[in-house]
Amino acid sequence: MNLQEKPVLKIQNLTVRYGDGCPECQNSLEKNRCSKCGTVWAANEVSLEVYPGEVLGIVGESGSGKSTLMKSLYFDFEPTSGSAYLQDYKNGEKNIWEASAAERRMIRNNLMGMVYQNPILGLRMDYSSASNIAEKIISAGSRNAGQMTERAKELLKAVEILTSRMGEAPKNFSGGMQQRVQISKALANNPSLLLLDEVTTGLDLSVQAKVLDLIRKIKAQYGISILLVSHDLAVIRMLADRTIVMLDGRIVESGLTDQVLEDPQHAYTQQLVHSLL
Amino acid sequence: MNKEYNYAFLDEGSKREIRRCTLKAVAIPGYQVPFGSRELPIGRGWGTGGIQLTLSLIGPDDVLKVIDQGSDESVNAVNIKKFVGLCTDVPTTTKTGDATLIQTRHRIPEIPLRNDQILILQVPIPEPLRVVEPKEEVTKKMHAEKDYAPIWLQLYESLIKYGKVTISSEYPCMVEGRYIMNPSPIPKFDNPKLHQSECLYLFGAGREKKIYAIPPHTEVVSLAFDDVPFEKEHFEGKRCRLCGSTDTYLDEMFDSATGQRYYQCSDTSYCKEVRERGREVRTV
Repeated sequence: MNLQEKPVLKIQNLTVRYGDGCPECQNSLEKNRCSKCGTVWAANEVSLEVYPGEVLGIVGESGSGKSTLMKSLYFDFEPTSGSAYLQDYKNGEKNIWEASAAERRMIRNNLMGMVYQNPILGLRMDYSSASNIAEKIISAGSRNAGQMTERAKELLKAVEILTSRMGEAPKNFSGGMQQRVQISKALANNPSLLLLDEVTTGLDLSVQAKVLDLIRKIKAQYGISILLVSHDLAVIRMLADRTIVMLDGRIVESGLTDQVLEDPQHAYTQQLVHSLL
Repeated sequence: MNKEYNYAFLDEGSKREIRRCTLKAVAIPGYQVPFGSRELPIGRGWGTGGIQLTLSLIGPDDVLKVIDQGSDESVNAVNIKKFVGLCTDVPTTTKTGDATLIQTRHRIPEIPLRNDQILILQVPIPEPLRVVEPKEEVTKKMHAEKDYAPIWLQLYESLIKYGKVTISSEYPCMVEGRYIMNPSPIPKFDNPKLHQSECLYLFGAGREKKIYAIPPHTEVVSLAFDDVPFEKEHFEGKRCRLCGSTDTYLDEMFDSATGQRYYQCSDTSYCKEVRERGREVRTV
């Protein structure tokens, strides 16, 4: 990680709101809901930067806005306001949320990879694993079936799935294997940014360890920047270089992971760290 | 002609509206134009899209041919011919070369069509993306944005599972490099006939209320990967048992009494013409 370099991703004042809002909203929030008009502020003026080769961890309780942030970035949600700049898209000078539909598809397929908590969201469960990986490559414009198959083999090998099983559908795989197929799919076009949304949640401990090992290996091998969402502090401690803590749609604390976890400043972070102990 | 109905059954306003949609379809090859599909004395799904196109285009100078899976004599073809004949008095023919308007279900005739002929295909499901996306609003967007990755993925999945593309009919094709189109359930054997054809192809889906077209000399390319070319059905070593043709689309027949398998031209009028030509040659 080099903080002197230009960030791979820069988000400024991301706000995602469910409801019309009212002039009293910002002063009448109970948790993230306006007591006057009922508007929910899922993400509230969130700003962050991810640097080349860095793993930025995001922690927070359920409903704190972690997944909203990720899904907005991956164009699953349309943010209410804010801007995001990717260094690989127009040299970091154009807001990706102002991109055309075709450009958004290009960004999703070529510049970013996403691994969802629930593999059903990220995979076509009835299609073969090879096709799941090929989907990204096809979306990026390739029409060479042989090259796609070779790439699928290479990636499945990298995530330790037997290439002899590339014709099998993920619905026949275990949860850990499904996550690994998702990871290989996310890496299909060598993106500069990987979005990992609670990738180990719901997996048993030994499988969790395998997936985490894999992510560490991928980071070392590909030098890819990773935005990692988790509510498991052990996962954050193991993988993240820097960490931000979210509560009720806002960032309440950020810093180097060790610093945040060893010396938490915000009351919520303290509670989070202590609850682990 | 039955004078109790308007000429060609439909009222003039309806025919005009269908012709306007047809013109739009011709102007944007491969694009599915929505139209107000009319009620007909035939159930939806029995060729009502094709019939509406036929009825809106037919005139006293036309000669009509109707085929159903290559056959001029099937119940569907015979009844459509009777119906159109009843309300137009237009002569019908079984000879492809004599017809100006050919309505067909699931086949394109074997002989190349001319510029003065129109082939109208009956279409059950016009949307080529329906197999990968059930929602109409989404497929419309996909067409608008030329987002065709899911249909390519389907072809790739077929390659991974079976080692080849297994779609035998309704094989999707790209029209003028813009729209992916469902050529109706013709066998993929017929797909190459759509490319740079002399005649106008019209596609009508009555139940789904869509019309689309391939005008003459249009680029129509069946989808294929760079390293896996499109392949139509082959009938190597097989020949029509009636006319001996080896280069036509052959139907496989099975004689349960003898256990014998034999082949016959699917295009019955072509088969008959070949036999008649053979007879003439023999007579001379």
